Amino acid sequence: MVGLMDAIFLQILNGLDKGSAYALIALGLTLIFGTLGVVNFAHGALFMLGAFCAVTLNGILSLSYTTIDPSRTDFLGKPLKVQTPYVEAWFGPEIGATIIQWSVPLSILFAIPIMVAVGLIMERGLIKHFYKRPHADQILVTFGLAIVLQEIIKYFFGANPIPTPAPPAFAGSFDFGAWLGFAPGSIIYPYWRLVYFAFAIGIIGVVFAFLRYTTFGMVVRAGMADRETVGFLGINIDRRFTIMFAIAAVVAGLAGVMYAPINSPNYHMGMDFLVLSFVVVVVGGMGSLAGAVLAGFLLGILESFASMAQVVALLPGINQIIIYLVAIIVLLTRPRGLMGRKGVMED
Amino acid sequence: MSDFGKTISRRSLLKTGAATGLVLATPTIFTSQSWAQSAFLNDPAKSGKLVLGFNVPQTGPYADEGADELRAYMLAVEHLNGEGDGGMLNTFSSKALQGTGILGNKVQYVTGDTQTKSDAARASAKSMIEKDGAIMITGGSSSGVAVAVQALCQEAGVIFMAGLTHSNDTTGKDKRANGFRHFFNSYMSGAALAPVLKNAYGDDRKAYHLTADYNWGYTTEEAIKSATEDMGWETVETVKTPLAATDFSAYITPVLQSDADVLVLNHYGGNMVNSLTNAVQFGLRDRIVNGKNFEIVVPLYSRLMAKGAGANVKGIFGSTNWHWSLSDEGSKAFVKSFGTKYGFPPSQAAHTTYVQTLLYADAVERAKSFNPCAVVEALEDYEFDGLGNGKTLYRGADHQCFKDVLVVRGKENPSSEFDLLEIVEITPVGQVTYDPNHPQFAGGALGTCNPGA
Repeated sequence: MVGLMDAIFLQILNGLDKGSAYALIALGLTLIFGTLGVVNFAHGALFMLGAFCAVTLNGILSLSYTTIDPSRTDFLGKPLKVQTPYVEAWFGPEIGATIIQWSVPLSILFAIPIMVAVGLIMERGLIKHFYKRPHADQILVTFGLAIVLQEIIKYFFGANPIPTPAPPAFAGSFDFGAWLGFAPGSIIYPYWRLVYFAFAIGIIGVVFAFLRYTTFGMVVRAGMADRETVGFLGINIDRRFTIMFAIAAVVAGLAGVMYAPINSPNYHMGMDFLVLSFVVVVVGGMGSLAGAVLAGFLLGILESFASMAQVVALLPGINQIIIYLVAIIVLLTRPRGLMGRKGVMED
Repeated sequence: MSDFGKTISRRSLLKTGAATGLVLATPTIFTSQSWAQSAFLNDPAKSGKLVLGFNVPQTGPYADEGADELRAYMLAVEHLNGEGDGGMLNTFSSKALQGTGILGNKVQYVTGDTQTKSDAARASAKSMIEKDGAIMITGGSSSGVAVAVQALCQEAGVIFMAGLTHSNDTTGKDKRANGFRHFFNSYMSGAALAPVLKNAYGDDRKAYHLTADYNWGYTTEEAIKSATEDMGWETVETVKTPLAATDFSAYITPVLQSDADVLVLNHYGGNMVNSLTNAVQFGLRDRIVNGKNFEIVVPLYSRLMAKGAGANVKGIFGSTNWHWSLSDEGSKAFVKSFGTKYGFPPSQAAHTTYVQTLLYADAVERAKSFNPCAVVEALEDYEFDGLGNGKTLYRGADHQCFKDVLVVRGKENPSSEFDLLEIVEITPVGQVTYDPNHPQFAGGALGTCNPGA
């Protein structure tokens, strides 16, 4: 048995990597809500589409030609059809196999233009027609859109999870136990989850820097604060907000791409994250980007601690309600959320 | 004046005795004819059509498994109606089915979507019985759904031939007279797996269970825990995980901190894919604990689910009801029919649903009646062979099939995307048979059959 410190350290690591996904999805949700005032229930579907970008690129890179191996038979006793990926034929077995194995990181480049296109089509084709409609209408239409996207993915990829492994270079685990002076092997953490955490921090940093240090970002922030005044200055704020929608879609999509090796993608994965991410947005403060990120990591860590056997033994079922419990407490004591602007949701 | 005072004559005694003897000696075929005359729900003779209701998950997380079940049902209907190559009709020990439908009626079917939700499954079964006139309902990929639909069929008065349902409760505390299960159960998984695990990993092991927080998870945990403790293993912890959980890292990391050297994943479907993937990611299989290699066990395997877990299943033990690589004549015939028609081998879900359809049809033919009570009588304590699991008994006491169970292991070097599991042992039926009053099946009663008239 190892000590309590090890257990706490492990659950913090767990919380950080789970919180990374919450934070990235909540960041996109907040960007859309803050700029366009739309409650986007299709945002989880964008996360799922990102993961399926990784599945698709893996499938494309694995496209194969068929040869017959008469020395072996298939399940019906007929000569076995052997599939050989084209990339292995073109670049040799080793390089070809390496290209396929690195399909998830390569999918980042593949997913960006796709998610931009999906974001623009969603915003221009559907969501812009609901800007002046009540939030209930927006929720209904975006939720409907999420179901449509799910069913499209299920039609093409099936309902079962599709394994999408990380490159072999990231297959093992890092031994924090040995590194920090605890017993070797007592605290180990998968490399890819550490990569995911670092990636999330990187994306969050890029989004914040973009909004903070570029003229475009400054205009968007001004528009979020006072849309009408920015409009009076002759700035086409609508076009910038449309671009922000596309950026939010890219953030969600990239979160999905990198999540694919952690849990095999399935058509339902977006919904699994959506409700929790909304709670994260509410706890962080509607419209607050920093609040979304902070609450994402905070709730991720709390959820991990609540799943510990000792905690569940003390408070049965706490692991299933902890996030909602925190949301209730925050809404009762500080309705604007942890970092929400004063007056927001406090009427 | 009382008749009791009369002396019974020798002639009347003989008459009474002869009449009683005649009744007792009457073959069941004549009794069955009496079933034919009694009224029952959705009688094809009255409606002019014979409709079977295939209630499978067409949407939701088990939709792929449902699709495979539906393929098997359509193949069974084809074979019953005399089309195709006949599949297992050619190997079935009973020769009552001749490919001329059932009792001369062409088999028709309707399908419903259970969505793997009890309410939706009951609603679709009800609709098939009331609107479409289905005389038998079959299907499902979940024990919760099976128990719910089985109860509905009992109330309505039609036969329920369960699909993939593994919980002890389906033929334990929730058993019903109108319901029958061909698929194996949690107890059988434990009884089959334990000796293999003992041989492979020894009898001095410490097991940590992660269990899906619902009915099937509980009965599987109980069965595996009981079977492994009986052979000397110690259970160090049992932890329930929410059914909706997708990331199991928070549940896996405490395993690292325990002194367990085996992790038992009482998970199915997406839960199994994710928990197994997470466990492998966290390097559990590379660990040495108590001087032994850390091992993972998945009590219920499904090839479709194993595919989702990819390379993570390699070398991991589990159990399954049937596998396409079996070499008996029945399995070969089914794999040939199914594979030729659809281009890939059938899953265990497809096998059990195909077999259930044939068994129902055969029971009707033998009973010479569609009356549910006649079908129940024909299936109870019925022994058959040639359907892929060796000699099989449909036990009358609980309507559970008793047959060999397969212990499988994730294959190290699969030759194709279907070749994911290898059969390690075919556990003989005697080793997985239990008393109907076994504690794991306690409570509930079959009751009496309901013809629904």
